[in-house]
Amino acid sequence: MEWTPIWLSLKLAAITTLILLLIGIPLAYWLSRRRTLLKVFIEAFLTMPLVLPPSVLGFYLLISFSPNSSLGKWLLEYFDLSLVFSFEGLVVASVIYSLPFMVSPVKSALAHLPISLSEASYTMGKSKAETFYRVLLPNIKSSLLTAAVLTFAHTLGEFGVVLMIGGKLDGITKVASIAIYDAVENNEYHQANQYSLVLFCITFLIVILVFIFNRNSSRGPLE
Amino acid sequence: MICVSIDKKIKTYKGQVRLQVEADFPAGSITKVYGPSGGGKTTFLKIIAGLIKPEQGLIKTADHIWLDTATNVNWTPQQRRVGFVFQDYALFPNMTVAQHLSYASNDQLLIDRLLLIGRMEAFRQHKPANLSGGQQQRLAILRALALKPDLLLMDEAFSALDDELRETLVADLKVLLKEFGTTTIIVSHHARETDNFAHRSIKIGLE
Repeated sequence: MEWTPIWLSLKLAAITTLILLLIGIPLAYWLSRRRTLLKVFIEAFLTMPLVLPPSVLGFYLLISFSPNSSLGKWLLEYFDLSLVFSFEGLVVASVIYSLPFMVSPVKSALAHLPISLSEASYTMGKSKAETFYRVLLPNIKSSLLTAAVLTFAHTLGEFGVVLMIGGKLDGITKVASIAIYDAVENNEYHQANQYSLVLFCITFLIVILVFIFNRNSSRGPLE
Repeated sequence: MICVSIDKKIKTYKGQVRLQVEADFPAGSITKVYGPSGGGKTTFLKIIAGLIKPEQGLIKTADHIWLDTATNVNWTPQQRRVGFVFQDYALFPNMTVAQHLSYASNDQLLIDRLLLIGRMEAFRQHKPANLSGGQQQRLAILRALALKPDLLLMDEAFSALDDELRETLVADLKVLLKEFGTTTIIVSHHARETDNFAHRSIKIGLE
């Protein structure tokens, strides 16, 4: 069995999760404060990947990243970056595709913290940033873990978006889920079985770890 | 010394009503604020702390103007730095008793003294979830005092304490507040609760 697709999947999931931790948490915080109509609109838009067929999202991304589009052309000219049929493209697409899995649990956890926690911290002279890092974040630890794990697992299981925008270039964009499909198409059922088993074991291991970590919490790990 | 004159529309189950208060609080005094429930007492405290902005208002201390809607002056809660005892205590679930107090102050001597006054020395390493209701309320009071605030706002701050404990705590608090020169405003709707504590009282009602 060729291990490269498994390795690619894990690398993609890890990088996507890391990027989403960096941009998803501040975004979730911003969305959890003062519900304006604009924020509701933005949140609905960010949630679209959850309900949209992955092929639709993949198609739009393919069109907008292609060197024939103005965005694709600009990226190529100024950054020498092509987001179609490249690993970088998969990362960008995965970040967009998995965004709601990071933002939604974190936002909901922040919104459920009593407002008086930040108010108390503010009256004690603490800035918004210090309050966020020392009071709010430590109190939503389990939701952060859930969000990170969901993002990781969801990226691992990506298929439609990756296929549309990355194709199946060996060692570059052929991740495990696509390797399985490819193997079945070529009648290599034994190989498909091996990839599937490895993916199954990895995801099961991740899920069981989350359940163990949250075993004393009254809320289910996926809430 | 703090002078407050505010006008704020608030929504209640009876529809929109106006909260209008004009009052002076002499330096070092302890004032009880009472009135019907849902009458805007908590809102009044939050306006003073800078957590809620009224449509119109002027709040000034001896040295500074905290709020003047006419000239667009509005200090942040961080600048006003009042001691605030929240009705729901607002304790931080991730912090121990000792961490709560050191989040508010670096003065270890003061922290030790507060723990003694609140009879909380034995619970230094406890988190709020492992404290009783009365202990949580005491911690909320101690945390507000750790700031050595010029102004202390207490929202139903003695409601979870039994009579005996409240009386000893009140006696100790009065010494401390006098020493800090703190002006105190306490909201309560129990007639007797603040008997030995407050010097004066004002009623807040809705127009």
